[in-house]
Amino acid sequence: MPESAPKAALRIRNLRKTYKDVVAVDGLDLDVPAGECFGLLGPNGAGKTTTIEICEGLTAPDSGEVEVLGLHWKSDAHELRQRLGIQLQDTQLSEKLTVLETLCLFRSFYHQGPAADTIIGLVQLEEKRNSRIGGLSGGQKQRMALACALVGEPDLLFLDEPTTGLDPQARRQLWELIEQLKLAGRSIVLTTHYMDEAERLCEQVAIMDHGKTIALGTPRELVASIGVEHVVEFSAGGHGKTLDMQPLRRLDGIRDVRLENGSVLMQATELHRAVPALLAELDRQQLALTELRTHSATLEDVFVTLTGRHLRDE
Amino acid sequence: MNSAPANSEVQSAPTRRGASERRTLADHPLAQLTVVRFREFLREPEALFWVFIFPILLAAGLGLAFRNRPPEVLQIGAVTPNLARALRTEKLLDVRVFNPETGLQALRSGKVALLALPAPNGGIAFEYDDTNPEGRTARMLADRAVQRAAGRIDPVSSNDRILREPGSRYIDFLIPGLLGMNLMGSGIWGMGFAIVDARRKKLLKRLVATPMPRHYYLLSFALSRLLMLVVEVGVLIGFGALVFQVPVRGSLLDIAVLSVVGSFAFGAIGLLIASRAQTIEAVSGIMNVVMMPMWILSGVFFSAQRFPDALQPVIRVLPLTAVIDALRANMLQGAGFAQLAPQLGILGCWTVGCFALALKIFRWR
Repeated sequence: MPESAPKAALRIRNLRKTYKDVVAVDGLDLDVPAGECFGLLGPNGAGKTTTIEICEGLTAPDSGEVEVLGLHWKSDAHELRQRLGIQLQDTQLSEKLTVLETLCLFRSFYHQGPAADTIIGLVQLEEKRNSRIGGLSGGQKQRMALACALVGEPDLLFLDEPTTGLDPQARRQLWELIEQLKLAGRSIVLTTHYMDEAERLCEQVAIMDHGKTIALGTPRELVASIGVEHVVEFSAGGHGKTLDMQPLRRLDGIRDVRLENGSVLMQATELHRAVPALLAELDRQQLALTELRTHSATLEDVFVTLTGRHLRDE
Repeated sequence: MNSAPANSEVQSAPTRRGASERRTLADHPLAQLTVVRFREFLREPEALFWVFIFPILLAAGLGLAFRNRPPEVLQIGAVTPNLARALRTEKLLDVRVFNPETGLQALRSGKVALLALPAPNGGIAFEYDDTNPEGRTARMLADRAVQRAAGRIDPVSSNDRILREPGSRYIDFLIPGLLGMNLMGSGIWGMGFAIVDARRKKLLKRLVATPMPRHYYLLSFALSRLLMLVVEVGVLIGFGALVFQVPVRGSLLDIAVLSVVGSFAFGAIGLLIASRAQTIEAVSGIMNVVMMPMWILSGVFFSAQRFPDALQPVIRVLPLTAVIDALRANMLQGAGFAQLAPQLGILGCWTVGCFALALKIFRWR
């Protein structure tokens, strides 16, 4: 049996890829343990898709080492194709084929795997079994793409932005599906620019920016690493007065104050001290509070703290 | 996979890697890919129309327009019943009786080609326009009828043997031309659109991310073309034979081989055209640029011989010219492979050349 259950599903060392004058991946190192769901996070253009396509054997790297399931694309391409499940970012399956026909086609490429109908049941498309792909909703199409990735009973799944463009309900449905796959012990690498998705699904997350990993850890570790537990967002104004931001920075339990789209964002360690202090300060400046929101720090805040930019800035 | 958690029933597949599985022929990737080609084609009503219905409509329309009419009966006039009776012995004349004035009027307005009048000397006068071929023909026929009616016996007897053979009519010329045009169209369009559409949708990229052997993808086109050919060629030749009695003098097997060879040549050209194009618009443009000259030059609707001699060497090496010339030689003259060797050679060169180049520059993404 060639099944030498590797400790690492994926191992990347010093990976580089340049397109013309754009450096897409710039000396990336990554380790994904087997059986884990690993998230690659970052804004558009961070190099997530290039990285994942190199791992999928679709793009050749300029330099660096990529080991997938303990195998290499140069020597073991055939076996790797059999053992990987792949969902690309925006594949449109043939609209004129039905769900069943499409899965039978993909199934025929693999030596082994469940029957097409088993997969249809898994992704909950039983009712659409004989419908053409062209008539499916966005969420159903994404589940169909996932189904095509599962037909070969893969040891490692690559999901490139599996929920981009879906409505919240369809996203949750897909998350549940991915959680099922995790329970089944599959290794998964997924890219996303949705923070909540990574926090919910991934054991480990690598945050990428400009082709490099800028942070790595569990979502909890990453959030904790910025030393901020809460974010307070408010806007204030009235009687032509403008807010003086300087005193805010000296408030108790406030770490960082930034102005963004007319609102003020403050990172706070302790909400119960930061908010009364803020109210007192506004009172002193004779300003009225027009909006106040607080939330627990997320991976988004981690990204903002690390780069000064938002993930979804495009 | 002992490390997998216990609740692995979501996979619900007892087979794990290495387990062999019984698979039928229908599960073979090549079979699946070929079946998909058919499904996509049959579920595209426009494609069905262009491949099967359009050539037949075209053949029917042109066949009707250029059909061979029965020999024409000429309208002439006579001013006396006796004269008319004598003239009516000629079957190719339709004789009407006029009085002299209305007769002249009918002649001048072209209703009759000739007017026969009694002449003052007891003979007959023919009034007609000698620049009009119908008039001259009518003059000969009318004179012969009158002389024979008056008792002339021709010193040399002659009789007619009419030859109206299928194979020399326009429709006979047209059907092989349409067949060639059809082979070109479905070869180039079928290949070009399907591949570029799959590339545009990133479906090609998705397919090469699977273990699918890449040559199977191309083979599936070849296989589906072969099966489709049987219908395509059969329908058009059958239609010609049944409706217009277009002959097939060569062997049907030769036609089959010719169609396959021609189809592969066009398929290879289609593959080359589609090997890099990213959009349907781009590939449509290239396809039209490639096919348009052949539609005009290769002798689909009229003989390629009409083009200047200087162009002939170029025209002769076009794949469509080769296909049509070979089909015409087979169907109309019963030519065998020995006589078609030049055309088969030309098609072979196009196939090998385009295919090799296409494989070299083909983009899967």
